[in-house]
Amino acid sequence: MTGESTVTPEIVREHGLSDEEYGRIETLLGRSPNLVELGVFSVMWSEHCSYKSTRAHLRRLPTKAPWVLQGPGENAGVIDIGDGDAAVFKMESHNHPSFIEPYQGAATGVGGIMRDVFTMGARPIAMMNALRFGAPEHEKTRHLVAGVVAGIGGYGNCMGVPTVGGELNFHRSYNGNILVNAMCIGLARADRIFLSAAKGAGNPVVYVGSKTGRDGIHGATMASAEFSEDSREKRPTVQVGDPFTEKLLLEACLELMETDAIIAIQDMGAAGLTSSSAEMASKGGSGIELDLDRVPQRETGMTAYEMLLSESQERMLAVLKPGCEDQAERIFRKWELDFAVIGATTDTGRMVVRHQARIVADIPVHALSEEAPVYQRPLVRPPVQSDESSFDPSRPVFDALLKLIGSPDLCSRRWIWEQYDWSVMADTVQWPGGDAAVVRVHGTNKALAITTDVTPRYCKADPFEGAKQAVAEAWRNLSAVGAQPLAITDNLNFGNPEKPGIMGEISACIDGIAAACRALEFPVISGNCSLYNETKGEGILPTPAIGGVGLLRDVHRMATFAIKREGDAILLVGETKGHLGQSLYLREIEKAESGAAPPVDLECERRNGDFVRALVESGAVDTVHDLSDGGLLIALAEMAMAGGIGVSITRDIQRDPIPFFFGEDQGRYLVATRRSEAERLIRDGREAGVTVDFLGIACGDKIEAMGLGAISVAALRRAHEEWLPAYMGAEELTPTN
Amino acid sequence: MKSAVVVFPASNCDRDAAVALEQVTGQKPTMVWHADTELPDVDLVVLPGGFAHGDYLRCGAMAALSAIMRDIKAKAEKGLTVLGICNGFQVLTEAGMLPGALMRNARLKFVCRPVGIDVQESQSLFSRKYESGQRITLPVANGVGNYFADDETLDRLEGEGRVVFRYAESDNPNGSMRSIAGILNQKRNVLGLMPHPERVCDPLLGGTDGRPLFESLLESLS
Repeated sequence: MTGESTVTPEIVREHGLSDEEYGRIETLLGRSPNLVELGVFSVMWSEHCSYKSTRAHLRRLPTKAPWVLQGPGENAGVIDIGDGDAAVFKMESHNHPSFIEPYQGAATGVGGIMRDVFTMGARPIAMMNALRFGAPEHEKTRHLVAGVVAGIGGYGNCMGVPTVGGELNFHRSYNGNILVNAMCIGLARADRIFLSAAKGAGNPVVYVGSKTGRDGIHGATMASAEFSEDSREKRPTVQVGDPFTEKLLLEACLELMETDAIIAIQDMGAAGLTSSSAEMASKGGSGIELDLDRVPQRETGMTAYEMLLSESQERMLAVLKPGCEDQAERIFRKWELDFAVIGATTDTGRMVVRHQARIVADIPVHALSEEAPVYQRPLVRPPVQSDESSFDPSRPVFDALLKLIGSPDLCSRRWIWEQYDWSVMADTVQWPGGDAAVVRVHGTNKALAITTDVTPRYCKADPFEGAKQAVAEAWRNLSAVGAQPLAITDNLNFGNPEKPGIMGEISACIDGIAAACRALEFPVISGNCSLYNETKGEGILPTPAIGGVGLLRDVHRMATFAIKREGDAILLVGETKGHLGQSLYLREIEKAESGAAPPVDLECERRNGDFVRALVESGAVDTVHDLSDGGLLIALAEMAMAGGIGVSITRDIQRDPIPFFFGEDQGRYLVATRRSEAERLIRDGREAGVTVDFLGIACGDKIEAMGLGAISVAALRRAHEEWLPAYMGAEELTPTN
Repeated sequence: MKSAVVVFPASNCDRDAAVALEQVTGQKPTMVWHADTELPDVDLVVLPGGFAHGDYLRCGAMAALSAIMRDIKAKAEKGLTVLGICNGFQVLTEAGMLPGALMRNARLKFVCRPVGIDVQESQSLFSRKYESGQRITLPVANGVGNYFADDETLDRLEGEGRVVFRYAESDNPNGSMRSIAGILNQKRNVLGLMPHPERVCDPLLGGTDGRPLFESLLESLS
């Protein structure tokens, strides 16, 4: 066996492996690894691929329900949505590459998550994202926003998959570590789901898609370490996306999946050929032999090490039934893609790699997967923040409203989503900007509702309650459009897990997610962890982003938050205690990031959501908005701006208006209904144990409240629409004609 | 009315066009692969939106040289009706079947939003079910939709009533000269437009202002 060069302790360290881990590799192999083998171990045992810090904790998440067809562990999760249809989805981060090279980092993040979904046999039908950037005044923020948004659009628009929504926050903790989490939802037949277990020996292993180049080598290792001053020097580890090739790969794979040729299929994502082949063999309980000389190569003279660790994009590995090679090759040639049989499955349980007629790696498959280290890292539960949140009670509420509605975290995201093709595929029923995006299941009368949510400042103040809130808000957003929430994908973004405080945040957030998922029957079916989001020792806010999916049985029974009729009664569902801790009001108006995170009563959340959803399903209500960031008055303003109709608040709240209007109590909705229906709804609520209060009447062109003044919808809209384009304007080039 | 939709490798509005055609005409169009050399016997060919060959260079430049385009060009010269939407419009200009060119949007960004469109010309196979001067709303979704031609060409297009669709005043999303959104060839059997009528044929999707375009074709070609 040849090894290219000898492995020294220094080389081991450069590969991010500890002495203990290296010792373990020697034990598993019964000898020292050569350089190629060391490279393979280093990526397979990286945090990014092995989840070594989080695996033990992730077991606490509920992953089962009667409608879950495939839980975590595959390329994406799968749920049953009736009539033989299945929804396939997952969210994944591309944080580190996007900070180094925002356009390509974000673009390849989109490409990677789409491959995860179509490798399962699903056609992607919608994209979502969850983005976090540094403080607006930070010198890099504008450039990063521009690049990430263009990258997401550049890839998704070419693929012809609508990007239908997402979320965006600015906070200084992301100054050196932005978060780019992309979610893809696909549609498949429930009985035609493709998995990655390469069962059986003697089956051909085929490589399809783009050629392999020297790009992205050690991307997975980069994503498993903190950034330092020299992070820009890591630019060569960022891959370059080619959405055209991905589109061809999508169509070719779906065409091949119509046949009976595939035993297993897996995309080549992080750690490329290494992880796809090792994972397929591991899941199938088989071995695998690869001949690197047969790998389609973009450049000459590539070494075995480079080929195995390359993260060139738009590639897939499949195991075919013997004899199906010609049929498969015809399909890939039609789509002008590379196709090569590069190996076979074996019954040896080993991964054996040949290059130039020599064996360059020979590793037991289980050593790379099952034997990968799992750590119970030391953890300290961080203290829960509960300091006093003081505010000036004399501030005029409508001045505060105007300021908040145009603030970075609450202003309109139109500047962003107009750069995404959200209407291609002609099934987008709710556009970006609503509580949840809604896409029709093509050719049917049902639809999927999709949302991404997390409030990182709550998670910082109280990781357990904050993570609960993220799940509850996703569930609430889906209920608000009238959908039955079915399952979530989670994207856990945290700092360095080797710090006990961060590990404590991770553990508490996982417990919070688990508690909410259990109470709301909203299991986790897929997910991704992104750790080491730190620069120069400073970590991000804990950000467990939740992607939720729900089902609307009848797309015509759906709610949006735009007020639709003058004279409608505006009702407030849920209890308002005026919880100002960690509110945007305190942060933006009082300049205080203080107080306890709002607690979530999960039973109450469920009762209120079920009540609101039933109103939409019965056709009694078509206007609903969930209450979240910013509180009641922000939600009301959004309803007024979307519908172009004002609201006269008739309920008397002169005594203590600020907590009432801007508190961020959970489990609440605003509902607009015909006035004649209002009494009945309030009564029905009482019978169901749900607080429903009369708030006011939709009318005129302003929002007004007795004794507190008024503000015009036009002024609100101006402030709401103004901030982001003005902020980003400095990035724009002057038009030439 | 028999129709066909051409599929280039990275077309991505081919299905949307087919669905709209079937909804309005009651007949499924034939999907034609770009490498085919001959069209089936049809009354209408649609070049759909998308990114044809990735369009990393000039949009539609490679598609204009595809095998099927040779046949389409020849048959269009003999009067076959051709509709190019978005990327299809780009292909038609690259193929020399329509004058002018589409350049990067003035703001250098992709733009996807509903846009007010003024129907300038109801005297065409494609627009007879609209009224001249009617204001409709169609979505645009393009990064390279900025229509350019020299003044002489623009004057001629306007003078001959070949500007069928124009962006409403102050709603020009891409900087197109004279707010041009859609034009006819001289024989008036080829239309290219940047907005997407096929995406607004169903009230659930935010409007039905695209339907009359397909209804016009049905009436004209049946």
